[in-house]
Amino acid sequence: MRDTSAAETRHGTQAAPEVEIERLCKVFGLGVAAFRALDEVTLTIRRGEFFTLLGPSGCGKTTLLRLIAGFEQPSAGALRINGRAVAGLGPNQRPVNTVFQNYALFPHMTVADNIGFGLKMLGRPRAEVRATTAEMLRLVRMEAMADRRPAEISGGQQQRVALARALAPRPRVLLLDEPLSALDLKLRKEMQTELKRLQAETGITFVFVTHDQQEALTMSDRVAVMSAGRVLQTGAPEEIYNRPADRFVADFIGDTNFLDAEVAAVAGDAAELRLPGGAVVWAGLPEGLRPARGDRVTVVIRPEHARLAEDGPLAGTVERSVFFGTDTHLHLRLDGGGAFILRRQNTAAVNGAPAPGSRVRLGVAEGAVQILRD
Amino acid sequence: MALRDLPAADLAASLEEEAPAATRERHGWKWLLCAPALAVLVFAASGPLLIVLVYSFLTPGSFGGVRWEFSTEAWFRVFFARDIFDPEDVRPNAAHLAIFWRSVTLALQTTLICAVLGFPTAWFIATRPAHSRGLWLFLITIPFWTNLLIRTFAIQEVIRNQGLINTVLLRLGVIDAPIQMMYTDFAILIGMAYVFLPLMVLPLYAAMDKLDIRLLEAGYDLYASRWRVLRHIVLPLVKPGFIAGSILVFIPSIGAYVTPRVLGGGRNMMLGNLIELQFGQGRNWPLGAALAMTMLVLVVAALVFYIRTVGREEAGRRDG
Ligand SMILES: Nc1ncnc2c1ncn2[C@@H]1O[C@H](COP(=O)(O)OP(=O)(O)OP(=O)(O)O)[C@@H](O)[C@H]1O
Ligand SMILES: [Mg+2]
Repeated sequence: MRDTSAAETRHGTQAAPEVEIERLCKVFGLGVAAFRALDEVTLTIRRGEFFTLLGPSGCGKTTLLRLIAGFEQPSAGALRINGRAVAGLGPNQRPVNTVFQNYALFPHMTVADNIGFGLKMLGRPRAEVRATTAEMLRLVRMEAMADRRPAEISGGQQQRVALARALAPRPRVLLLDEPLSALDLKLRKEMQTELKRLQAETGITFVFVTHDQQEALTMSDRVAVMSAGRVLQTGAPEEIYNRPADRFVADFIGDTNFLDAEVAAVAGDAAELRLPGGAVVWAGLPEGLRPARGDRVTVVIRPEHARLAEDGPLAGTVERSVFFGTDTHLHLRLDGGGAFILRRQNTAAVNGAPAPGSRVRLGVAEGAVQILRD
Repeated sequence: MALRDLPAADLAASLEEEAPAATRERHGWKWLLCAPALAVLVFAASGPLLIVLVYSFLTPGSFGGVRWEFSTEAWFRVFFARDIFDPEDVRPNAAHLAIFWRSVTLALQTTLICAVLGFPTAWFIATRPAHSRGLWLFLITIPFWTNLLIRTFAIQEVIRNQGLINTVLLRLGVIDAPIQMMYTDFAILIGMAYVFLPLMVLPLYAAMDKLDIRLLEAGYDLYASRWRVLRHIVLPLVKPGFIAGSILVFIPSIGAYVTPRVLGGGRNMMLGNLIELQFGQGRNWPLGAALAMTMLVLVVAALVFYIRTVGREEAGRRDG
């Protein structure tokens, strides 16, 4: 059954659910010391997708992965892999493999033996183990290191061996717990590309854990943002970034300006908002939110969605500017209170920034103002 | 050559390799700092050994001690016996050979028992929560606080004919007559295993403590059953603990003196008792010295063989 997963993925059924998680809870400890690490998590991970769990340290990402892998049993809720309930099955009975954060390579085995371990334990014939190991070595470009011990290869190479070892038995789902966090920036970028390539080549469903929002946005088909044991929002990177469900998501993903606003009028699924300093803008209403005239709401504007404009609705004073090479961040104090960061692309024509203390006006792009559900 | 293969020597060698040559030169005179240790090694360890070696080639004095006359008779007597009436009638010294054999087999069996009992014990301790491990280790080492003789008498209390085991079995009606356990090789084995068990548990625990639990999880994750995780991951990784523990148990058991004396009675002698006999009632110091040297050679040979085999297995795995 494990062997067919890749083929199935390539031939359609993209939307078929691979991992279904329903109201999953995990409580550590007992009585007053009990700690709810996962609180009614509901998620569907689709076959063949690159799915990322994103959230700050301690939000329960590792716990969720360990539940999927079978290292922990849930306190409540249901977990299905490929439509089959896996409650009570141990890690060795689930078609799921894990790439551990510290790689956890077997130090007493060679690179090749590490990679072949899973197949050997599955009782596959020797010839098959050898052939698959060779194929995996080629896939992660480690042919030359086959006979070395893990202690004799670099961190990035260990990373690749860990990947190959987890991929060799062709699991339905590959779980990766912050696999890149120990690598330096350059290697990290390289491995990000490598991971995407491996996922595309094998067609295996990847569940990737990170607390780096940039990494989550660039690599994933879909992202689940977690906080304190809950899933706050699930969606494609663009969706999460452009239409954050709540303040936490907006704040956690990218830089954001939060502004208090008053609803001046509601028309259809849009509202007229009065921003600090009296500026008036229109914004689309998120689904299910119907504020009344006079309600106070929080809106977000991404720094790159605003621009300097003589006739813009917002006015403020420049406090300082920070040069980033490709762009410059202007830190503003808005009339009517509130800080605002504006990101301006540097071009050959536009370089440098207004001096601190100078007065500027801001325009916001169409649809850039998002109303948050609190 | 034997030393190079010892794990400790390996470690020292690898440390040495890591030290840059320049630093070593600059601090060249610092070896003087270990002069006191060297002095102790030379005078306290090699010195007495040398005396024993020299004595083994001398002639026994009539009332103990030695006469300074060169003789190889002691070494001859280690392995061969002469007829009392006809000194030309030479045959292998069956009594000595039996004692060698008993010592080696009992020491090996003790090591095996300690390994079999020590592994689950050490595993139990290593898997306790960090704060309670200290307590368990403390409990394991408590017997060390008691005199060896007293511990041995305690064992005697358990296994003698009117002892704990026999009394309980008799009362329960499992047996009609007490099982003779005292003064047998079995009694010696029980006693030695009991006495030396901590020497196996402690290095095993140290090895298990270093074992990364995630390696076991990785094993389960890659479809290994519990048994195969034990076989393919745990055992190879705690092997250094087994080696250290085996050495620590084997060496004192092969030369054990008190335990065979108390639990084995006079008949079931081991090497230690035989050597003591020569320096005591036997009044044959050169023979005692030759026996002691023989034991040393036996131990070193056993160690070299053991470490070689273990090392070869390792090298074989690396190639294969
Ligand atoms: N075995 C355990 N016993 C008690 N509490 C636990 C246990 N494992 C995890 N926790 C708690 O559950 C919470 C979530 O932990 P988890 O390891 O899932 O976080 P995470 O999101 O992976 O964080 P990080 O990014 O730092 O790895 C943490 O507060 C942690 O202290
Ligand atoms: Mg984690």
